[in-house]
Amino acid sequence: MTSLAALFRRDLRLAVRLGGGAPMGVLFFLIVVALIPFAIGPDLALLRRIGPAILWIGALLASLLALERLIAGDQEDGSLDLILMGRAPLELVVAVKALAHWITTGLPLVIAVPVLALFLDLEPGAIAAVALTLLVGTPALTLIGLVGAALTVTLRRGGLLLPVLILPLTIPVLIFGVAASNAAVVGPMAFGAPFTILCALSLMSLVVGPFAAAAALRHGME
Amino acid sequence: MTSAPHCRRLGGLLKTTPMALIDLANPTRFLRLTERALPWLAGATALAFAAGLYLAFFVAPDDYQQGATVKIMFIHVPAAWLGMACWALMSLAALGTLVWRHPLADVAAKAAAPLGAGFTFLCLVAGSLWGRPMWGTYWVWDGRLTSVLVLFLMYLGVIALWRTSDDPARAARAVAILTLVGAINLPIIKFSVDWWATLHQPASVFRMGGSTIYPTILIPLLVMAVAFTLLFATLHLAAMRNEILRRRVRALRLRQAAQGA
Repeated sequence: MTSLAALFRRDLRLAVRLGGGAPMGVLFFLIVVALIPFAIGPDLALLRRIGPAILWIGALLASLLALERLIAGDQEDGSLDLILMGRAPLELVVAVKALAHWITTGLPLVIAVPVLALFLDLEPGAIAAVALTLLVGTPALTLIGLVGAALTVTLRRGGLLLPVLILPLTIPVLIFGVAASNAAVVGPMAFGAPFTILCALSLMSLVVGPFAAAAALRHGME
Repeated sequence: MTSAPHCRRLGGLLKTTPMALIDLANPTRFLRLTERALPWLAGATALAFAAGLYLAFFVAPDDYQQGATVKIMFIHVPAAWLGMACWALMSLAALGTLVWRHPLADVAAKAAAPLGAGFTFLCLVAGSLWGRPMWGTYWVWDGRLTSVLVLFLMYLGVIALWRTSDDPARAARAVAILTLVGAINLPIIKFSVDWWATLHQPASVFRMGGSTIYPTILIPLLVMAVAFTLLFATLHLAAMRNEILRRRVRALRLRQAAQGA
C-alpha cells in the first residue's frame, strides 16, 4: 500500500515539476475552442447550440495529447522495469498511475470548462452540465487511453499510433457525454438517462482498463 | 516457428483440447493439410458464387419500390456479416495467443485482419452505392452504417498495430489485447451509435427486410452468405500459408545474418 501511495505522490510531483502536463493540456483545449469560431464564423446563436459538443471534442483531443507521457516517461528512465519487477500488483499500479494522470491532466480540463464556456456564450445551466459530464467522462477517457499507452509504449512510432487505436473506443463516451450536456440545455429527453450511461461507461473502463493495460505491459516487456 | 517452450506448453494441453486443433498446431502439418484442402475450397467457393449470383440475378424478384437496386443487398449483407464474424474469429485467435499460446493463433489473427477490413470496406461501398438511389445521398449517418464505419476504423487500427513491430510474436500479443478490448467495446459502440442515431434521425429510417422477407429473396441471400463464408475460408487459409512461409523466410534470413556476422 505504501509503495502505491509513494508511486502516486511521485507521479503527481513529476507532473507538477516537469511541466508540460496540465498547463499544456489546458492551453491546447483553449486553442481548439478558439479555433472553432474561426472555422464556422462568430455566430453566437450557433456557437451556443453546438457549444457542449465543441467543449467535449476539445477536451477529448486535449486528454489525448497528454496520454503519450502516461507510461512512456517511466519506460525511458527505466522505472517501468522496476515497477514490473516490484511486488505491488501491476493492475493496481497502472490504476494508481491513471488516477495521478487524471488528476494532473483530466481535472484541469474540467476546471477550465467554465471559463472556456464563456467564449461560446453558454448559459450557467449548460456550463454546469458540461462540467459535470466531463468530470464523470474524462476518467473513462484516461482509462481507455491507459490501454493504448500500455500497448504502444514499447513500439517505435507508438505515439502516432495511439490516437488511431484509442479514438474509435472513445465514441460511446463522446456520444453520451454530449447527449447528456445537450439534454440539460435543449434536449428532448431527460438528463438522467445519458448521464447514468456515461457513469456506467466510466465504471466499465475502470474494470477493463487496468487489467488490459497490465496485460499489455507484461506481454510487451517480455 | 514452434520454439521449444511452446511445444512443451502444448504438451500439457494435449489432454484437454480436441485432437484436430493439436494436429494443426504443427505448422508443417498445417501447410500440408491446407495444400490439399485449398483447391477444393476454391472450387466450392466458385460453385457457391455461381449458384448465388444466378439466384440473385435471375430468380430473386425486383423490389416493387427499389427496382433492381435491391440486388446490391446480396453483396452488402453477407459482407457485413463476414465483417463482424471476422472480428469474432480474431477474438478467438486472440484467446488462443494469450491463453493457450497456440502457435498458429496469431498467424490466424494476422491473416484475418486485412480480410475483415476488406469485407467491411466492401459493405460500406455497397451500402453507399445502394444509398445513392434510395436515400438520394451516398452517406447517411444511420446507425448501422456508422457502426460498420467504426468497425472498419478499428480494423485499420489493428492492421497498423501489426505493422509497428518487426517481431511477429511480440506484435501478436499487443494485437491480441487490442482485439479483446475491441470485442468488449464493439457491442457498446454498436449500442451507443444506435441510440445516437435514433436520437438524431427522423422516424423514416430505411428498414431492410424486416419480418416480411420472402423465400425468393431469403434463399439467394443465404446462398450468397455461404459463398462469402467459403470465400473467406479460402482466402484466410491461403493468407495463413503465406504468413507461415513469410515467417520461415524471416527466420532463415535472421539465421543467415547471424552466421555472417
